[in-house]
Amino acid sequence: MTPDTLKGAVSLRHLSKSFTLNGQPLAVLRSLSLDIRAGESLAIVGPSGCGKTTLLRLLAGLESPDSGQVVIDGRPVAGVGTERAVIYQEPRLLPWLTVLDNVAFGLEVRGVARSVAQDRARRYIRLVGLSDFENAWPRQLSGGMAQRVGIARALTVQPEILLLDEPLGALDAMTKLTMQEELARIWREENVTMILVTHDLEEAIFLADRVLVLSADGTPPSLIPVDLPRPRDRNGAEFVRMRRMLMGRFGLH
Amino acid sequence: MTLQNLDTAPRRARGLPAPPVRAFLSRYGLVIAFLALWQLSGTRGWVSPAVLPPLDAILGALWTGIASGALVDDIAISLQRAGLAFGAAVALGIPLGLLMGQLRPVERALDPILQLFRQTSALALYPVFILLLGLGETSKVFVIFWATLFPTLLATIGGVKQVDRKLVEMAESYGAGRVQVFRRVVLPAAVPAIFVGLRLSATTALLLLIAAEMIGANKGIGFQVMNAQYNFQIPLMFAAILLMAGLGLAANAVLVLLQRRLCRWSLD
Repeated sequence: MTPDTLKGAVSLRHLSKSFTLNGQPLAVLRSLSLDIRAGESLAIVGPSGCGKTTLLRLLAGLESPDSGQVVIDGRPVAGVGTERAVIYQEPRLLPWLTVLDNVAFGLEVRGVARSVAQDRARRYIRLVGLSDFENAWPRQLSGGMAQRVGIARALTVQPEILLLDEPLGALDAMTKLTMQEELARIWREENVTMILVTHDLEEAIFLADRVLVLSADGTPPSLIPVDLPRPRDRNGAEFVRMRRMLMGRFGLH
Repeated sequence: MTLQNLDTAPRRARGLPAPPVRAFLSRYGLVIAFLALWQLSGTRGWVSPAVLPPLDAILGALWTGIASGALVDDIAISLQRAGLAFGAAVALGIPLGLLMGQLRPVERALDPILQLFRQTSALALYPVFILLLGLGETSKVFVIFWATLFPTLLATIGGVKQVDRKLVEMAESYGAGRVQVFRRVVLPAAVPAIFVGLRLSATTALLLLIAAEMIGANKGIGFQVMNAQYNFQIPLMFAAILLMAGLGLAANAVLVLLQRRLCRWSLD
């Protein structure tokens, strides 16, 4: 672990998880160990069925491992915790709450007074550029806007670790590019550890310090550092070379 | 702006009525036509006025009945019966439905007997209720309550069970406990379904009210419908029927209004 004053360092220690499929145990994670620095941005990629979403759900505490531990800032954790917040592929907004109340939801659930929660919610609504929509209902928002609300809700609880499960997977190509820039900016400004599951290799290279590549056939996972200066240029020679290399690992060209 | 101009200009040019009038006609045009046909068929002698009196005769009978106070007692007692039964059905149906929707074991244990009760016609049980509870108000209110309970109960169970698991998981990931998940996610998500049940229950309550009053009462709107027919006071009979329809519409309107206030998020 790095001697860092920042919080949000994550260690995975021999993490294993299997599911039962047609009566057969199916191992999706086999004794995975990994250290993620506080403030790092890690992307997890791999084909479907490789266990990337399972890994994120273990980190979130929404599922528990068969064996092994998740250690955050030196403490083993079980279950959900206030130092982590999850952003899902669907925005998962409560349709009966306005944008403001949705963003304040996480804090209110934790017992923060409504007015305090709303004040802080407003700050993050501004950060994702939706100040004009505070009083809108979720059904009035576009997909990209709704996802921004979900991101603001996660940021409002000021987590040390932001867990993102294919957060841009359901958005159209244009919105996706804008949102990637947005996520890069938020990560820089908020000093959070960001762990991002994605099936988009370009997104992984654009956002991550390191990319964890998982496989579905039992080959051990590999960790690829992305040593590119930020902000990253998708069309830069290094970026393109990196993308080609990663795609090659999946047999793509 | 430009789009609106493009849209409205040709409409005006074709000389169609302004939108509000058109909207009113497209919504209520058929009702107006129906009532006009009714009135005409009586006055023009297409149908014998003794069987189908024209509307003005019916409204006249209704006015006389209310002004003389003869119908007022009937309205009051009918409202009391339906109101008590509906209130009791809601007071039991919603909490029980929430409980059954949330707790599998409770639902498993109660479902078979409730299905049995529900599939037994309330009217078939009315004689049983009279035997058990006597011919007075209790058996009437109870038979209405019996039939009124199920729509609200079943709709509430359904509403709770169809809550999006993903929203529950989201709330849990922010640390919400069982009570908070119920109060902040499950309950609000079930409200629209509960209202569907309430509206069905209100309709059922009025339906059973009339049936119960026709069978064994000497007061009430349902009694008046039967009694007027026996005495061949056909305008009064139709007046009582019209009153019932009005009650049904009013009950529904109140519930729709309440739903609009509580579920602004789900409406356009």
